[in-house]
This record gives sequence, structure tokens and C-alpha cells, in this order.
Amino acid sequence: MTADEAKQQLDDHLREIIHWHFSPETGCPFWLDWAQQAGWDPRQEIQSFADIVKFPHFQDEWLRDEPNERFVPKAYQFRPFNVFETGGTTGLPKQRVGWDDYKHDYEMFSDTLSDEFFPRGGNWIMVGPTGPRRLRLAVEHLANYRGGSCYFVDLDPRWVKKLISRKEYDQAERYQQHVMEQAVGIIKHRDIKCIFTTPKLLASIGERISIPGNGIRGCFCGGTSMTPEYVRFLQEEVLEDKAQFVPTYGNTLMGLAVSIPEELKANNYSVTYYAPQPRAVLRIVDGNDTEVTKGYGEYGRVELTTLSKEFFMPRFLERDEAIRRNPHEKYPWDGVGDVRPFGAMEKTVIEGVY
Amino acid sequence: MSVPHIPILRKGQIYQSLDVNRLMSVSGEQPAADISFACADMIRYDLRSMHEAREVLRKMKCADLIAITKQAGEYFLNDSLPIGLEGEMQTPDDYVMALASTSGLPHSLIRMNLKRLGGIFGQIEDILRGLTRGLDLDVIDQGYGEQGGAPVSYVAAADSLGVILPSNSPAVNALWIPSIALKVPVVLKPGREEPWTPWRVIQAFIKAGCPPEAFSLYATQHDGSGAIIRRAGRVMLFGDDNTVKQYEHDPRVEVHGTGYSKFLIGEDEIENWPDYIDSIVESVSANSGRSCINTSTIVVPKYGDEIARAVAEKLSVIKPLAQDDPEAKLSGFANPKFAEWINAAIEDGLKAGGATDVTAEFRDGDRFQQRDGMNYLRPTIVRVDSFEQELAVREFLFPFSSVVECPQAEMLERMGPSLVVTAITKDLGWINELFDCPHIDRLNIGNVPTNRIQWNQPHEGNLFEFLYTRRSFQIAASA
Repeated sequence: MTADEAKQQLDDHLREIIHWHFSPETGCPFWLDWAQQAGWDPRQEIQSFADIVKFPHFQDEWLRDEPNERFVPKAYQFRPFNVFETGGTTGLPKQRVGWDDYKHDYEMFSDTLSDEFFPRGGNWIMVGPTGPRRLRLAVEHLANYRGGSCYFVDLDPRWVKKLISRKEYDQAERYQQHVMEQAVGIIKHRDIKCIFTTPKLLASIGERISIPGNGIRGCFCGGTSMTPEYVRFLQEEVLEDKAQFVPTYGNTLMGLAVSIPEELKANNYSVTYYAPQPRAVLRIVDGNDTEVTKGYGEYGRVELTTLSKEFFMPRFLERDEAIRRNPHEKYPWDGVGDVRPFGAMEKTVIEGVY
Repeated sequence: MSVPHIPILRKGQIYQSLDVNRLMSVSGEQPAADISFACADMIRYDLRSMHEAREVLRKMKCADLIAITKQAGEYFLNDSLPIGLEGEMQTPDDYVMALASTSGLPHSLIRMNLKRLGGIFGQIEDILRGLTRGLDLDVIDQGYGEQGGAPVSYVAAADSLGVILPSNSPAVNALWIPSIALKVPVVLKPGREEPWTPWRVIQAFIKAGCPPEAFSLYATQHDGSGAIIRRAGRVMLFGDDNTVKQYEHDPRVEVHGTGYSKFLIGEDEIENWPDYIDSIVESVSANSGRSCINTSTIVVPKYGDEIARAVAEKLSVIKPLAQDDPEAKLSGFANPKFAEWINAAIEDGLKAGGATDVTAEFRDGDRFQQRDGMNYLRPTIVRVDSFEQELAVREFLFPFSSVVECPQAEMLERMGPSLVVTAITKDLGWINELFDCPHIDRLNIGNVPTNRIQWNQPHEGNLFEFLYTRRSFQIAASA
């Protein structure tokens, strides 16, 4: 696919999704009411992705305050929905309803994985936040889709953040130890080839056992930002350059933005992520004037637009910033590189606690 | 010289990080160094295998390590030593210039500290004799032996000594240097503006024949320091009162905090107070008042006003000079904001009442001054009316002291903990009270400035006792 073809595909998909969410026969109450109050019809006015700035930023409190039923498109009204949460360290978490999106997203992601490092039929383990998160189902679906089963070890990041904010570092370490004991136990005693975990937990597992030495060949990782040096450390030392490290960027509100693991070393471990277009679009915007897209090579705030029939979320401002990177021949649309917490250079941001 | 890159040392192995921070000169105009930063997890990983480094040192004889330490001192003082990644060499003069550019210290003070550190290397036998109370170091080599006719056995309490270094004075490196002769590898986290001294000390040791495995050096962020503190077997760190409190019950951690060092004159000697003014001035101002051993409170039974004025007058001649001026005694602030914060804290204290800035009368200009792009604070003596005044017991990173009057009988009870106390007295009764006082770490009786310390005595803990544990030991006659 060329960049022009990718753009055309995105514009076509956008029009289809807009039509779906803003038509009374298929849309959800939230967006239909919104359009009525806004006084303009997105079906008429949104013809290409450049028009997306006509929408205001999607507000995360809508996912806290609105009843979830208001986000159910008419076509799904007779199917019970999954509730997926994100956040929740303080106050009510954000909730997103969903049905099959996670399956589509992770099947798309599966197509990017190497069969050498993520062998078909191999079993998986997920070590990290499960509970009400989309990841819990998504990783299991990914394993199943590739012909394997998935083991789980849970970690509750909300509790860890509370411990850290109370400076109860001993308790946090004991909790991590508790999680690690379970993870190491399963990895050592079961036939596992692939792992999903967070960067910190991966390092923590590697501190206790040789990860490739225990049969793991591929590691799909996400959850927090990573500096190039940290990515290098994980690939070269934690995975001993024997298992493949696959960093991803994503959350409950998006699918998975993928990287190109085989090019990491050549790029000095600077990771560029490509959104799963056309189902989601990442734009790097000027933090002070978010209608403006930053130039290539410039840092800006990450803006996410999700475009599926289950969920429409225009222009959600993430709490991250990243460098706008050029399209890649594998993913001929903009990438986002060296993601870090928004404002990381101006203030201390607590993240990466697990 | 081009901007050197100071890499990470992982058990002596050079590691160039992708996470590089550029260290700028204090004026902010010139790059001084590129520093490789380590992530916390890398440090955690490395600390798992520190026993390998310890094993390399354990196999050596203390006598050989002492000889290496002495030779390293010579190299540290006089030789060109490697710096950076491209074969660059650093002369002692280069070192002075580099440290001056990032710390704000005048060259004269750096040279003084250079000599002081050189002395630590050279006096290593004396220092170890003092710390071990004359232990035959073969006991360390063999694991057991005799001391004073009794069987003794010592076991290392840790595979490594982690040290979280500050930036305020190069002399603090003196505290870890003896660890090498005691066969305990070091894991150092340099101060943000001061990678130069630990790097140079390490290079001197390596040139003298010390196994590189003995040295790990990680410039790192806060979480990396935390990894060292939590994972190293023994840790020495520098911090404020909050840090001290955080670790007061952790026997692995020795915190070097504020000193609140004091200069006391007894009732029997107070009439001779003019004889001690020079000593007080040195105690307050040596090393630009940046050390925990600088006097920050002067306690006298009377003549408080006169003593404050006499000290203030002498200190008033200390002013910002060019960094390379041989007469320079005052350091600029590497972090310019610190000078502003400290000055504001003093002004707030003065506004609270009960305190007078006695130096203001003698000083030309304000306390806060700028020169050559750096912020300075001129020496300040504050006469306070009681220990309750908020400036009475404060310690700042420049020559600062309060002067407070207090009856001799109440001094020890009211003055609070002190790292160093110099007490001018010949009163045996009071001397005995001073010896009995548990809140004094180092005690000088007579006219010894608080900043003059001998390293063969414990300094905020005994390094040998920190690194080694005595175990009970018996050996059967037939063994």
C-alpha cells in the first residue's frame, strides 16, 4: 500500500464510521444527541480525515459520567457488552463498552508477529494488570488465535500506585515479589513460548530467571513509555538478545499501535509506533493549538481518534507526547516515536510503577 | 579538549548509554561533559553479581591493596588520567578546570580538596589502623586471627558499598576510598554536577593496579539511586534531615546529613575570646562553608555581640572573585536557584525577629551577589537572641553561622545534635560532661577548628565496622 492509498483507505473508513454513528438507524444515543446539540451533521461535513478537527476533543469524563448504555450503537443493542476500564487510581475509572473490537485489533496485531519468535501453537503468559481491562481478554484471544493457551498472573496497578503515593515502598516491593513468585513459578513449570507483560515486570522477571533460558522466545510489551536505553536494556540484557522484544503502544480506548522490532537495533532502539489505521489514528499535535499537526521530527502531544463501529472517539488527547515520525513502507502513515509522559521535560511525572 | 563523555562503569567495564545528559558549565554557556545515564533496572541487574567483584578483591592481600591505594594517591594528585571514550587524558589542571566549571568552586578550593584527598590515599595505613583499632590486616586476609590476645574473626557484611554522592564538595569521596583496601567494591552514584572526582579517583586506582571490577559508577536518576540504596549490601548516602530520618532504623544505610557543627567557648575561657576568632572564622568559612563540618552555630556564655562583630568583620572580606583568583575562597552555586532560596530563607528568619545580620554592617553590597554568570552568597553571621530563634540552628551551603548566648550549664542540653563540636575550655568537669554527651559525634577539646578532621577516626560511623561484622570464632586444637 502506498501513502496515498492509505490516506484514501482512511478517508473511506472515516466516512463509513461517521455515517454509522450519526445515523439514527445505527448510531448510539450519545453521538446522536451530541450532533443534535452541536447543530451540524458530521455525515455532511466530515469527508476526509483533515475534517476531524471540526470535532472538539473527546472528553474522558464522558466515559466516567455518561451511562454506558448511551454508547451502545443501535446495531448492538441486543448484545450484552463488555465493560473495559482504564485509569481509576483516583476516582471512578473510565469505562468503554465493547463487543468484538478487541478480537479484531489483536488479530490485526497477530498478523504483525513473527512465527519464529511467537510460534503458532505456543502457550502464552500474561503478567500484569488483568481485572476489568481489555488486555485480559485480548491477550487470551491473541494466544488462542495463534493456537495456544494463556496463563495469567494479575497485578493491580491501582494498589501499587496507592502504596507508592503513601511511600510504602516495602509493601510495594513485597507485592511485586508476590507477583513475581507466581509468574516465575508458572514460567518455570509450564511450557510457555510467549509473554505479554509491562517493561518493569519483564525486567523484574529477568532479574530472577533467564527468560529465554526458560523457553520464552517472544515478548510483547506495553503499558508505559520506554527510553531507547531502556528498550536496549530489555532486548540485550533481559531477553539476552535471544528472545524478540516487541514494544507496543496502546490502551483500552485504542487498539494496538505496533513497532517494527526487527529495526529496533538499527534505529538505536528508538521506538516508532504505527496506529492500527484505519481503525485508529494517532496525530501529533501542538500542545497549545491542537488543531495544528506538528512537523516531522518534532515533539507534540499525542491525539487519538478511534474509528470502529463499536466505538467512535474523535481527538482524544492522551497524557503522552511523542515525536511525529515519517510513514514506513510497512505502515504508510505517520508514526509516533519516543513516547513519553506529556510534560516530562517540564515536570516530574509518576508513571511506570509496575 | 573536546567535551568528554563520561560512561557508566559496570564492575569496571565501560558502558556507553543511549541515555546521555549534557552537563553544562555553571554559567550555562559551555558544555562540560556528556554523561551516560543508567536505568534503575540495569543497576539492579548488576548488583546481583557484585559478589564476583568482591571475590576479585577478596583474593588479594590487604597489604597489596594498601600499596595500590598509596600509589593511586600519587597518580590522582600528579598524573594525567583517562577521561572520556576516545583516549583523552586529563591532567590535574584539567581536572581543576572541569570541576570548577560545573561546581562553581574556585580553583583554590579545588586544589585544597585535591591535596586533602591525596592525603587520604597516602594515609591509608594510618586510617585503617584507626578504624580497626590496630587490627593486624592479615586477619582480614585470612578471615581470623588475634587482636589484643583474643581470637577474632571478621566477615564482610556486604558484597559492595553503595555511595550516593553529593555535588557540594569533592572531599566527600574520602569516605569511600578506604573501602578498596578493605576489599569491598564500590557502587558509586556521582552528584549531578560532580562526576569528575569519583571518575578520577577510580582511574587513579586502576592505573595503580587495582582490579577494575572494584568500581561501578552509575550516573542515574532518582529511581537509580533508590535501586542502589535498596539493593547494595551497605550504603552511604548524603541527604537532609528527612533522608536521615527515613533510614535511621536501617542498619545497612549510613546517612551523612546536616552536621549542625558548633563552636563552644566555656565560661573559664570566655574572657580570652579574641584569641579564638581566627579559629572560628576558619570553622565557618573553610571550603566555602559547604561542609557538614563547618561551624553553623557559635555558642558562648557572654560577649555574643562582640564575638559576632569580630567574626563578621573578618568574614566580610570574603567576596566573589574570579574562579582562578588564588585568593578566591567563596564558591558560586552550581544551581543558581539554591542561592535565591537560601537567601530568602535567611531573610524570612531575620524578619521573624530576634535575629540581626551582623555582617551587613561590614559587607559591601548585599548578601546575594552575582559574578561571571554565577550566584554567590556572601558570608553571614547572625546574632540571635536564643536557641528558639529559627536561624539559631540552621545549616546552609555557604559560610553561615549564628551566634547565641547561653549559660555553659545549659549548652549541651539546648544545642541539639552536632557532628563536630569544638569546645574551648580547660574545665575538667565540663570536659567530662562533653565526653558524656551522646549527641556529639566528633569532639575537639581546645582550639581546633571544626573543619580540621582526622580520617583515622570514625566520621558519622566507622567504615570498618560498617563493612565488617565480627563473628564468634573458635578453632579446635586438632584443626
